[in-house]
Amino acid sequence: MGFATPTMRLARAHYELVVAHCLDGLPDEACGLFAGPLAQNDDGGRGDGLSTEPTGEITAVYLTTNADASARTYTVDSRELIKAMRDAEKAGGALVGVFHSHTHTDAYPSSTDVRQATYPEWIYALVSLKHPEPVLRAYRIRDGEIAEVAVEITG
Amino acid sequence: MAVEVMLPTVLRPHVGGAASVEADGTTVREVFDNLVAAHPGLDGQLVGEDGGVHKFVNVYRDDEDIRYLEALDTKLSDGDVVSILPAVAGG
Ligand SMILES: [Zn+2]
Repeated sequence: MGFATPTMRLARAHYELVVAHCLDGLPDEACGLFAGPLAQNDDGGRGDGLSTEPTGEITAVYLTTNADASARTYTVDSRELIKAMRDAEKAGGALVGVFHSHTHTDAYPSSTDVRQATYPEWIYALVSLKHPEPVLRAYRIRDGEIAEVAVEITG
Repeated sequence: MAVEVMLPTVLRPHVGGAASVEADGTTVREVFDNLVAAHPGLDGQLVGEDGGVHKFVNVYRDDEDIRYLEALDTKLSDGDVVSILPAVAGG
C-alpha cells in the first residue's frame, strides 16, 4: 500500500460522543473532527521534514455541523473546521482525522469519500448506522487507495 | 502588499513542497492570480470554473472564511495571513 497505518486509539468516552453525534444527526449524515499528537520527525516520506503523521492517539473530538444538511453527503462547516484546527494546534497537536456517518451503508469509504479525501495524513473514520448496533471503522485514503486502520477503544 | 499564504499538504507539491509562500496583492483574487502565475500547478485549484472560490477549498483571511467576507474581493493588508484548507467533505 505504501503508506503507514497507525492504530487509532480512541477513549471510550470519545467513542460514545462520536456515536451519539451520528445518531443525533439522523436522518442526515453527521460529521466531526479528531485531534491528536503528531509523530516526531515523520514527514510521511515527502522529504520536507514537517511532521504530519498522526501517532493514532485521539486526544480531542470536535462534533461539527454538516453544512450540507444531507442524508447523502457531508461537508464540515468551514468556520468550525478552522476553529478546531487552531484549538488542536494550541494544545500542541493537530487535526488528525475526520469521522462521518453512513446512514444506510457500511462503514467503508464511498467513491465520493475517496475522491474528496484531500488530507493524506488523516484518519478517515466511518460510522455505519445501517444496523441497530453502530459500527465504527477507520481508514487512510491516499491517491485513490484505501487502507484500513486498526481501531482500539481504550479506557 | 505582501501576505503569507498557508498551503495544505495536497497543494504543496505545486510550490516545491513549501508549507507557506509569500505573495503580493490587495485582494485575495490578486494574490491568487499572482500565485498561479508563479506556480502554474495551482491553476484551477483555488478558483472554480464559476470564477468564485473553488468549492473544494476554504479560504480564510486571518481565520475568517472569506465566503462570509467579500469572497475573492476580500481586501488584504500587509502581514495578513491567507490560509487555504481543502473542504472536509464526502458522501
Ligand atoms: Zn461517506
